[in-house]
Amino acid sequence: MKPIVMVIDDEPPIRRLLRLTLEPQGYIVCEAESGQLGLQEAAAKRPNVILLDLGLPDLDGLTVLKRLREWSQTPVIVLTVRDSEADKVAALDNGADDYLTKPFSAAELLARLRAVQRRAPEAQEEPVRVIGELQVDFVGHSVKVRNREVSLTATEFALLRMLAQHAGKVVTHKHLLRTVWGPNAEEQSQYLRVYITHLRKKLETDSGKKLIQTESGIGYRLLAPD
Amino acid sequence: MTEPQRPNPDALLAAIQREEQTTRRGELKIFFGMCPGVGKTYAMLRAAQQRKAEGADLVVGVVETHGRLETLALVAGLEVIPRKQIDYRGVTLTEMDIDAILTRRPKLVLVDELAHTNAPGARHPKRYQDVLELLDAGINVFTTLNVQHLESRNDLVQQFTGVAVRETVPDSVLDQADDIELIDITPDGLRQRLTEGKVYLGERAATAAENYFREENLTALREMALRSTTERVDRELRDVMRAKRLGGRASGQRLAVAVGPSPFSAALIRRTRRIVSTMDASWIAIYVETSVSLDEDAKLRLTKNLSLARQLGAEIVMTRGDDIIEAILTTAREQKVTQLVVGRPVGNRLVEILRGGSLVSKLVRRGGDIDIHVIRAERSGGGRAPSVVQLLGLHLGRDFGWGLITVAAVTAVSWFLQKLAGYQAIGILYMLTVVVLATLLNRWAVLFVATLSALVWDFLFVPPAFTFHIDSVQDKMMFAMYFVVAVVVGRLTGRLRTREIAERKRDQRTQALNRLLETVAASTSLDDSLRRAAREVDTVFHAHTVVLLGGDDGIKLEPVPHPVSTFSADEREIAVATWAFGKRQAAGRFTDTLPNAAALYLPLETSKGALGVLGVNCGERVTLTLDERELLETFAAQIAALVERYRLLDNASAARLTAESERLHRTLLDSVSHELKTPLAVIEAATDGLDEQLADAGVPLAKTFLDEIKQANKRLNRVVSNLLDMTRIETGRLPLNREWCEPVELLRSAVEQVSNEISAERIRIHAPADLPLVRLDVGLLEQSLCNLLNNAVAYSPAGAPIELAAQLEEKTLVLSVADHGVGLGPGEEKKVFEKFYRGPHARPGGAGLGLSIVQGFVKAHNGTISAENNTGGGAKFTLRLPVETAIKPA
Repeated sequence: MKPIVMVIDDEPPIRRLLRLTLEPQGYIVCEAESGQLGLQEAAAKRPNVILLDLGLPDLDGLTVLKRLREWSQTPVIVLTVRDSEADKVAALDNGADDYLTKPFSAAELLARLRAVQRRAPEAQEEPVRVIGELQVDFVGHSVKVRNREVSLTATEFALLRMLAQHAGKVVTHKHLLRTVWGPNAEEQSQYLRVYITHLRKKLETDSGKKLIQTESGIGYRLLAPD
Repeated sequence: MTEPQRPNPDALLAAIQREEQTTRRGELKIFFGMCPGVGKTYAMLRAAQQRKAEGADLVVGVVETHGRLETLALVAGLEVIPRKQIDYRGVTLTEMDIDAILTRRPKLVLVDELAHTNAPGARHPKRYQDVLELLDAGINVFTTLNVQHLESRNDLVQQFTGVAVRETVPDSVLDQADDIELIDITPDGLRQRLTEGKVYLGERAATAAENYFREENLTALREMALRSTTERVDRELRDVMRAKRLGGRASGQRLAVAVGPSPFSAALIRRTRRIVSTMDASWIAIYVETSVSLDEDAKLRLTKNLSLARQLGAEIVMTRGDDIIEAILTTAREQKVTQLVVGRPVGNRLVEILRGGSLVSKLVRRGGDIDIHVIRAERSGGGRAPSVVQLLGLHLGRDFGWGLITVAAVTAVSWFLQKLAGYQAIGILYMLTVVVLATLLNRWAVLFVATLSALVWDFLFVPPAFTFHIDSVQDKMMFAMYFVVAVVVGRLTGRLRTREIAERKRDQRTQALNRLLETVAASTSLDDSLRRAAREVDTVFHAHTVVLLGGDDGIKLEPVPHPVSTFSADEREIAVATWAFGKRQAAGRFTDTLPNAAALYLPLETSKGALGVLGVNCGERVTLTLDERELLETFAAQIAALVERYRLLDNASAARLTAESERLHRTLLDSVSHELKTPLAVIEAATDGLDEQLADAGVPLAKTFLDEIKQANKRLNRVVSNLLDMTRIETGRLPLNREWCEPVELLRSAVEQVSNEISAERIRIHAPADLPLVRLDVGLLEQSLCNLLNNAVAYSPAGAPIELAAQLEEKTLVLSVADHGVGLGPGEEKKVFEKFYRGPHARPGGAGLGLSIVQGFVKAHNGTISAENNTGGGAKFTLRLPVETAIKPA
């Protein structure tokens, strides 16, 4: 069955283009031009992914997101022209799965779509996750890069686990801090910096390829090759 | 968005300075001696010379050399602040110029003779108050002091030497000293110096030797000085022991001394202070205000006694009640007092008996677990012994007069009536008179009337007439009843009247306050309510008021009286007000600070600090009663609350306005951004789509055109982004989102960002491995670096390397981007940062905004950016950013 992508955006050219880009890639695209309509359509059509513009004329994109999250766990990618990191972080903290800043390339869009679908709610929690050359064993607490064992400390592993579970998706600083260090550490972004550095040194020097991408002001993304 | 408004840096700086001033107090060193001539000033100057040799910034505030040559020699080479001339009734007096010292702000100032009394018209009546202000301002002070000037030793010295010392310094000043150096010399040695003329010159030396400098005096004084110093050392030792938990504990004792308007109180207070200092205890002074009104003298003495207690370090606790014993004991228990000090009045057994047993025995009876010290009270410091009448604080004269007149009138009437009514009816007439008078006159006058009428009746009317002899038992009973009735009725009515007076007083205060609150509630603006409040103060205190408000920054007092003021304060008065405002202390009339001022100035204080000053000019009045002072302070507090309320309202509406314009700005910027970027996004996506299709179709020229469109679109996108960034910078809407980051990571991600335009191999990163984490807005700096990298590429030959470096210099992160291109032309170092400036070698494309944006972002971090030519050719841009750093955990 073809996945359904729902586009909620008030700009007809954007909707048209997204349809033109996505349909050849095997997606069914349905459109909504306002927040209200978007919420109704989402309930009726049950899309697999929602692309949500934050600058809607009737409802604030953030409000649409919050209402949607009251009853649905459908992955949401936020589209925005806003440069402010704070807006993106707010969207991510309110349940968005990823974001794209306009203008974006088709390749970027498709990569994000694949990433969020992979982690759709029905996806089972696998005991081992393979992301390109990286292999993370959640049960055995072991990590391999190109089949070579890498030893990580408990915190480093917890951090990598969070990133791996959301591979290809951005994970906000706040989320990482809360889940790895606990709710009181949300403001201690320096911990995160240090451990990300450690993690990079251990994982990336081996492979020579970049694994963890910094999303300035927002969070980190474990790059997942398709 | 709810970005917090960034605080105004000037206000912040001012707040920090204020903070510093309050936290860093100057250190006080006292050169302490037993009497003049021991060499205190000499020792102080020696110490000063040594400090000066060590490079300390010190000045001489005031030093008395008394013409001694060695001393004079030591002053040489020290900077002396000229004394201030004060004209007083045609005589020019000189005093230490405290303002000049405060302006000069040395590290250390020498102030001789701490106990000196300033000339009238100086800022403070006493020099030690000047010294306290200098210390408050953070200036260290060296000073000298003799033991006889110490408040708590004052009366002892007078006993020993017979010389009254008027210039005293509160013991609390000595307690505050960080260092005390005892200048000791044997009495013989001192007398030797005296005869050698090293203390006083010529004639005076001889008289001094015979009087004050007698051997026994000196021995006593020396012992006292030594003891004062030892006590202090003891106390310090205790503190140290306690700090180190060596077992020395605070005594846990708390003393209270009962203080009244009596002249004995002063001695009592001093004695208590001495007990306290040997016991390491805390202490309070309790004053019980009764409904008996005090005369002017008594009020003055009371105020003096209370301020003496305060100076000696006691906490003053005032309470009300007509049963003095009960009030004292209740307060003492509330205050967890363990020992109570009271005076044993000398003489006046009569008063004691009339009061139903002495105060002391009652206290002892009802004191419970509080130990009572009874100290033989001695009169000290002027003031004649109070008579019974004075002690009770009553205006007897008038009432006695009326009593006498009434009795005479009744006697005259009775003389004519005695034939008709008989002597017994006349007895009842006298009794009636006593009862009636009891409701009008005070107790003592009633007793007097009762006695007088009984005697007159007995003498003139009871047979045998013209003798005091009484025959019948009935008449004797009648005679006795006079006293009983007079005393009982007098007592009852007395109590009633007392209560009535107290009630009326309370009523007046409540009413005044109510009126103030009501009028203020009815007001519509700050000015209006201030006007009403000022008028209320005027009517209640029969005074003229002046209101001065603090500036918006809350640091300076506006030197212009508010227009509601009803008396015009001149420059001098405003200076007093400014002092009160700065120190958050009352100043001017009725206080210890600038008492020569026309008005009393109270700071309008709230929990957030002083908002202004209320000045009250009571005309010719000499004192304010405690009641009035309290009421005035309540008024000041109310007015302060009022000012605060209106200030808050103002702030709230200003904040609303800012938030609204902020929102508007943001909406505008967002929609412009949306409108410009949406078509760009559409073009980008469309060309991407076309690209794939063309790849299949194989139309070669179309592909070229498409690439052109893509390039143009990218450029347009960059220009739009730059323009929007520039707008954000120029409208000041650039909230920083600081977060911790690793400098190297920052460099890497910037390189990655530009990887489409510049291949990563061209960029060489230089950074030490041990850079700590820094806190800054990563997004803005990353973009800054991208702009600089793009700029570097634009001006260098294809393929030439670009150097990207980071290092930390103290608390400054230094980032630099250097290229191997053409470099900067002469004079371009500044120009390159101007908006729309484009270098002569610039390639087509770009609006000349990139570097101005970098400058804007760097400035938002309070950093600087500079451009220069590299020694090896090419241009180099350096960013210097003050940052917080965190050491990387291993």
